[in-house]
Amino acid sequence: MAKKGDWVRIHATVLKAEERTAKLPEDTQKCDLEMWTKGFLQDETAEIGDMVTVETAVGRLEKGELIEVNPYWSHSYGTFVPELVQIDKQLREALFGGEE
Amino acid sequence: MALAKDYASVMGRSNDIMKKALGLDYATYESGSVAFDYDSLMADTGYTLEEINKIQSKTAVGNTPLIELRNLTALSRKYAKPGYGARIFAKDEAANASGSFKARRAACAVAHAKKLGYKGVIAATSGNYGAAVASQAAMQGLKCIVVQECFDSNGVGQPEIVEKARACEAYGAEVIQLTVGPELFYTFLSVLEDTGYFNASLYSPFGIAGIETLGYEIAMQCRELLGKDPEMVVCTNAGGGMMTGTARGLIKAGATNTQLVAASIDLTGLHMASDAQFNKKSCTTGHTGFGVPYATDPDHSDVPRSAARPLRYMDRYVTVTQGEVMYMTEALANLEGLERGPAGNTALAAAFSLAQDLPEDAVIVISETEYTGAGKHVQPQLSFARENGIDIHFGDPATEDKPGVNVILPMTPGHIKYKEADINRFRASLIKKAIKAHCPDVTKLTQADLEFLAVEVKRDVDFVKEVIATL
Repeated sequence: MAKKGDWVRIHATVLKAEERTAKLPEDTQKCDLEMWTKGFLQDETAEIGDMVTVETAVGRLEKGELIEVNPYWSHSYGTFVPELVQIDKQLREALFGGEE
Repeated sequence: MALAKDYASVMGRSNDIMKKALGLDYATYESGSVAFDYDSLMADTGYTLEEINKIQSKTAVGNTPLIELRNLTALSRKYAKPGYGARIFAKDEAANASGSFKARRAACAVAHAKKLGYKGVIAATSGNYGAAVASQAAMQGLKCIVVQECFDSNGVGQPEIVEKARACEAYGAEVIQLTVGPELFYTFLSVLEDTGYFNASLYSPFGIAGIETLGYEIAMQCRELLGKDPEMVVCTNAGGGMMTGTARGLIKAGATNTQLVAASIDLTGLHMASDAQFNKKSCTTGHTGFGVPYATDPDHSDVPRSAARPLRYMDRYVTVTQGEVMYMTEALANLEGLERGPAGNTALAAAFSLAQDLPEDAVIVISETEYTGAGKHVQPQLSFARENGIDIHFGDPATEDKPGVNVILPMTPGHIKYKEADINRFRASLIKKAIKAHCPDVTKLTQADLEFLAVEVKRDVDFVKEVIATL
């Protein structure tokens, strides 16, 4: 459960697929235009999935579905890519190899 | 009475919203036909090179190092004929506040917003520009919102763009993230209207004027270090601002004999507004998906007339592949000890190969590097590609590269080879699009229109007439 003042992430649908009139490829045409932002929860209490209002970092009020409380970044340096150590080895050999 | 906020209503108020959000009426520069007064638009920004320098020197922007890449030059020479292989230099733009050359644009746009009394700034960007505006807004005491296209319909974010969102938040900005599609512009306009903030567009004259210091510094640093202007400057090309601003700065420094080469990653075949293909890209900027449409139709941006008009300045347009750029990024770290983000290295991959066409005493400058971090780095970008079913292997990029299907890492450094794009085709395309948009009846084109179009594509009036004859 989230309470008033918690930093949360919300999700909203800006345009439903059928409302999208811009020139779009077929695959995109089938999707809603969705939006995410973050802010301080304005409702007294809320559960994940509730429609809530937040006050964003600039003080804007925005409504949406509560999807995360205390959101954090989880992007990373990825998993091992074996080709990269091969490149490193190859580069050093190409530049310095065969030289005394 | 509250204004209707539905799509059609907001888009219908686009011109008014824009006028208020830029403090600039573009109508005053229009001729009513194809031509508009680009020079006055740029001059009326009211900022001279000296004034921009003053703003930037107060905001931790500019005067970045020009670094000679000696080992990459030596490596490049191994694949050149005897006596060939130009010296390669990099303008280390990662040294700017916020870690990219975009800080130059943002410093001016934010300073201008502040001067005009706006309380905040908004930028529509999935790139480094978001962090740049957020950083400058933090420094100059304004609020900041960044609107970015970040996720596909499964909610999977491009790691490179997610990192940029994180950086924006680190600088105190609100980040509005959207799924794929050009209606981002609707959200952008709607928030502009509600907040009354300044549109810190990438394409405003204030932003482009901010890049002129980059070209100017390149000329001055080369003269001091080498006693001459560079033979060639290579700019990574997406929206065209880098090429436009750098070229204008070089010209202001009197470096008029420097060949200007635009370089983009070839993403031919991938649709930029496709939800399914969004995460099949292994790079999110510096590619032809932005580079070609913005070069040939600069005015389809978020301002009525873009100040970024790269075909006015570029002499050549070359492409490289995703695999070549990833490889060069690894080479920059391993052979030069400079760990930088991949996107800025598009020009470097091109320069590595272009250098082999020039004699050893020639000088090539790549106009930028960018910061690197989680998500925005060779390793996560390649591992993300692999997770998305992209085939990554060593091979010959020239014959095997298929954007969205594979990433071909060059089997040797000698397999890094730029491809010359047909710049005259882009020039013809610009002329056709401009006529279609502003004066479809070619019999009504004025002499001023013809002269304008000639300048727009860096050719003469005869070239323009030849293109018109094919319509």
